[in-house]
Amino acid sequence: MPWEQVFTLTFLIAVLTAGIRLAIPVLLAVLGEIITQRSGVMNLGLEGVMLMGGLAGFATTYHLEQWTGLTELPAWIGLGAGLAAGAVMGLLMAVLAITWRTDQVVAGITLVLLGQSLTTYLYRADTALGNARITGIALRPIPWLSNIPVIGEILFNHSPITYLSGGLVVLCSVLLFRTNWGLQIRAVGENPAAVATSGLSVMRLRYLCTLIGSAMAGLGGAVLTVVQLNLFIEGVTAGRGWIAIALVFFSRWNPFVALGGALLFGIADALQFRIQALGSEEMPYEFLLMLPYVLTLVVLLFGNARDQTPAALGTPYTKGER
Amino acid sequence: MTVDQLTPTPPQKPWTHRVKPFAPGIGVLVALILSGILIQLSGANPFEAYKVLLLGAFGGTRQLTETILKATPLLLIALGLTIAFRTKVWNIGAEGQYHMGALLGGIVALTLPNLPAVLLIPLMMISGILGGLLWSGLAGLLHLKRGINLIICTLMLNYIGMLMVQYGARVPFRDPDGFLPESAKFVEAAQIPRLFSSRLHIGVLIALVLVGVVYVLLWRSPLGFRLRAVGAQISVARSIGLNTSQHILAALLLSGAFAGLAGVIEVSYTYTRLKQSISDSYGFTGILVALLGQMHPIGVFIAAILFSALVIGSQTLNVSLQIPAAVAGVVQALLVLGVLAGQAIAQRDT
Repeated sequence: MPWEQVFTLTFLIAVLTAGIRLAIPVLLAVLGEIITQRSGVMNLGLEGVMLMGGLAGFATTYHLEQWTGLTELPAWIGLGAGLAAGAVMGLLMAVLAITWRTDQVVAGITLVLLGQSLTTYLYRADTALGNARITGIALRPIPWLSNIPVIGEILFNHSPITYLSGGLVVLCSVLLFRTNWGLQIRAVGENPAAVATSGLSVMRLRYLCTLIGSAMAGLGGAVLTVVQLNLFIEGVTAGRGWIAIALVFFSRWNPFVALGGALLFGIADALQFRIQALGSEEMPYEFLLMLPYVLTLVVLLFGNARDQTPAALGTPYTKGER
Repeated sequence: MTVDQLTPTPPQKPWTHRVKPFAPGIGVLVALILSGILIQLSGANPFEAYKVLLLGAFGGTRQLTETILKATPLLLIALGLTIAFRTKVWNIGAEGQYHMGALLGGIVALTLPNLPAVLLIPLMMISGILGGLLWSGLAGLLHLKRGINLIICTLMLNYIGMLMVQYGARVPFRDPDGFLPESAKFVEAAQIPRLFSSRLHIGVLIALVLVGVVYVLLWRSPLGFRLRAVGAQISVARSIGLNTSQHILAALLLSGAFAGLAGVIEVSYTYTRLKQSISDSYGFTGILVALLGQMHPIGVFIAAILFSALVIGSQTLNVSLQIPAAVAGVVQALLVLGVLAGQAIAQRDT
């Protein structure tokens, strides 16, 4: 077992840096889903939404790069396209779950199937995308800070998206717990009837939260393909949408805990890649991949989950219902 | 005053009421039109595409055989989920239960290769069912004893089960002589027998028998009545003295057993070894099959054939018209969306 290859500083720095990078797409999806679930809607379709965002982002970037010959700008527009594709999927989820009051589990699974098959279909139909590569967005080391030994390399040598995502964690937390609007969102997830009585529209709040959450998952998918991999392949998200759902429960709907969970996933994922690259047959890297799921179950097992779960999570609201 | 005048006139039902029985049909029609537009956009004639699709799935003995083989795991899983969903038990862990069934069944096949088929096959089936029971039972335990949301328990166990198979195929049960991270091929005796001289196997027969069994269980047996009672209104079921936890667990275990059986049948006949990928998302698609089949065994049977036909037919579509085979999944998703929309619109204001 090449353990001596594992416990070196270079290895550790590489794993932690990659871990932060790998955490970002999942983190974005988790933050979005926290907002959605706080409003009482459970969108299980994230895997499909992330794929749609990933393809929309990649295809837009690729064609714009080819057409304009520019770098960076097409990638930013591509990220916007991923966000928009996520929002469109969110709209579908919202119509199903909120307007039609379809069971949310069924709606979510349908979204996954739609996202998986439609992205595969379109990817194959647009033959230009087959072996396409894009330039994406360059790393932006932060001046001064990135020169700090070890820490600088791990924390301050990333793409701008990584720093922005860090900011989004704070923003989401402030939004949910420090603003009036956040209070409304949490209230509609706890007791929609009371919110309706106070004169607010349950439908509007839930539509908005589902759209925002789904748009962020779409952005997460686009970050994966446009910024990190610079390519698209079928099923490129490889279960990250499901990981995101696990982490929402792991985090108890708290953005900061979600950041920790996403980093844990990212580091486990990076470690797993490295271990596979070392070529050691015996290393059970599958258990590293299981970690997010097992940890979520353990956290739910030993915590009192009922305390924080939005009370109306997963139940459709009928106007006039008490 | 006559009796006629005393009876209040029933309120005028909106027009949607008359459409209601046809809602799923209209949904299917809309889905087919939308898919047709997509096919048109990718440069093929939709009518021709649908014809090719139908012929590719039903046009001959070989095509029909493939369609039936592909429908079998979907049918088994969806039948189990029908029991669960009728009890309002949201088991979305069929994918994991399927994998555990395949894993335990596969381990039996690999460790007892010298057993005669008459012993080995039943032993594999039992282990497969046990695998499904184990995984659904674990979810049930976490849900009923610790109050963890059942959707989350079953969902988490999905990937854990899938990764267990990947690990099993790569390390402990890997074929030392092979290049790929998979086990050696099962011995002949571990492959479930064929029906007559066709490519169909006895698993198909088992699935067909289970269509009837599930119907009798749900609508002609006391247990089925109690399960449906729990599903219809859990508070009423509790107040008439039913042990609801017990019934939730029973529904969960039954659906897990079905998924485990599907897993062991597939691994025994289709894959004939433990590999990195031994499922075509059957566990997830099965959820939609159960739903599209209106959670009724006959409906589920039709839906499983339909979903399978789309997959098999689209392979021909790919070869002859260069339409990506993934169109099958798109049509499946649109079908479900269409039916959901139809139901939602029909149920409004009635």
